[in-house]
Amino acid sequence: MKKYQSSDPFKDARVTSGCAHMNDQDDPVTMILRLKDVRKTAHNWKTFQSGATPGRIVIPSEVNIRDTRQIPFEVDPPLHGSFRSLLDPWFKRPLEEHYQETLAQQVNALVDDVLKAESIDVVEDFALCLQSRALTLLLNTDVGEADTWISWGTHVFRSEDDPLDGDKAAILYDYIDEKIKASSPNPEGDLYSVLLAAEVEGKKLTHEEIKGIMILTFAGGRDTVINAVTNTISYFAQHPESLDRLRKEPEIIGRAIEELIRYFTPLTQMGRVVTQDTQVCEHAIKANSRVSLCWASANRDESVFESPNDVILDRKLNPHVSFGFSHHNCLGATHARQIMRVLIETLVAKVGSIDIIDFEENIENLGEFERKVGFRQLNINIHPR
Amino acid sequence: MAKITFITQNNIPVVVEGEAGSVMALAVENNIAGIDGDCGGVCSCATCHVHVAQEQFALVGEASEIEKDMLELDDDANEYSRLCCQIDITPALDGLVLTVAG
Repeated sequence: MKKYQSSDPFKDARVTSGCAHMNDQDDPVTMILRLKDVRKTAHNWKTFQSGATPGRIVIPSEVNIRDTRQIPFEVDPPLHGSFRSLLDPWFKRPLEEHYQETLAQQVNALVDDVLKAESIDVVEDFALCLQSRALTLLLNTDVGEADTWISWGTHVFRSEDDPLDGDKAAILYDYIDEKIKASSPNPEGDLYSVLLAAEVEGKKLTHEEIKGIMILTFAGGRDTVINAVTNTISYFAQHPESLDRLRKEPEIIGRAIEELIRYFTPLTQMGRVVTQDTQVCEHAIKANSRVSLCWASANRDESVFESPNDVILDRKLNPHVSFGFSHHNCLGATHARQIMRVLIETLVAKVGSIDIIDFEENIENLGEFERKVGFRQLNINIHPR
Repeated sequence: MAKITFITQNNIPVVVEGEAGSVMALAVENNIAGIDGDCGGVCSCATCHVHVAQEQFALVGEASEIEKDMLELDDDANEYSRLCCQIDITPALDGLVLTVAG
């Protein structure tokens, strides 16, 4: 098997049943596996709610390590829409020229550094640094803050041994508390200051609401971006001809970004809590139980995608759900897409080939399934053009 | 060359001209309000939803199954809905009027 490949462990269950079951800390989950069912469920926020106990729609559940509600992620309409109206313009800033130029400078500097190094671990030495520095742009804060975030490691919740490390979560929560307290309202400032100055439905945001937005901004874009960047590098290591092709056909970079994000699906699934007895693809689901929208399975649905297990860089029709679907689609998607674009453009301009030395995959255990979501380590030599 | 009119949510018609590519890309180039085209035109994000003028629907034709599946879950969709990333500009579209949905 090729090193970059991401298998489709859900295939048999998706085709034969459409659903699967996994336990998670004694709060079981019915996983929804087909694209159409995933989309319908994501759209039906009344029956499949996000505004449950904070942490419960995340899999593995964070109920035991978090009390703060992540906003707008764990809020249902109509209040959800009011928060999105406030936040959407801020999270669209990656479309601005200055933002893109600064991001390109960051990525160029990082690629120049790794081209000089003997060998690097893509996860620690590249993806984590790239993600952290880019996040200073999204927050409109000092780039030096990235050093603190890099020191936290690859996942703000997950340590190497324990996927739900409460101590590690506390580092982030305490950091955000301090930052909010040290900030003053300023609509032109960083995200903390902008939120302190903002109103939603005619009311100032509370400390707890600002904290919930900031936790989402930090946590939602951490291991997802790191997985996307690391998997993309592993793909180009095995497909130098794709770097050549994108150099000759830059007009397909947009499609290539969507295809790599579909194929690797950096976030495997997201949960919902069921508000009333219902059914999904003829499976009965009880009120107050959990379902998951399994983006990773939906993105390989053979009834929708031709050759779903192949990376087709210029795939024209690609209705993937890697950024979710409907009301709760990913707030950070514009930032993530811009990171992917700048990364690919920089690799195309500067890199001739990449050799993989060794690697350790990051495998998720999901009941009967095991899914590779990325790498714990990916050691490479990277060579200039 | 085709002249295409977009009617945005404040009911102001904006006429733009395009030669090739998708109608979504043309709209984004011209900053048409309400057409974002987040996914770049691969039918993944549904942020380029338009209503085609009824008498002109034959010009653009029916949506594909994949596009219909996307539109099915859009609360603003009707029988003249299209995702305009899936409409290619041709001279035959000259005079087309599209109302931005939502």
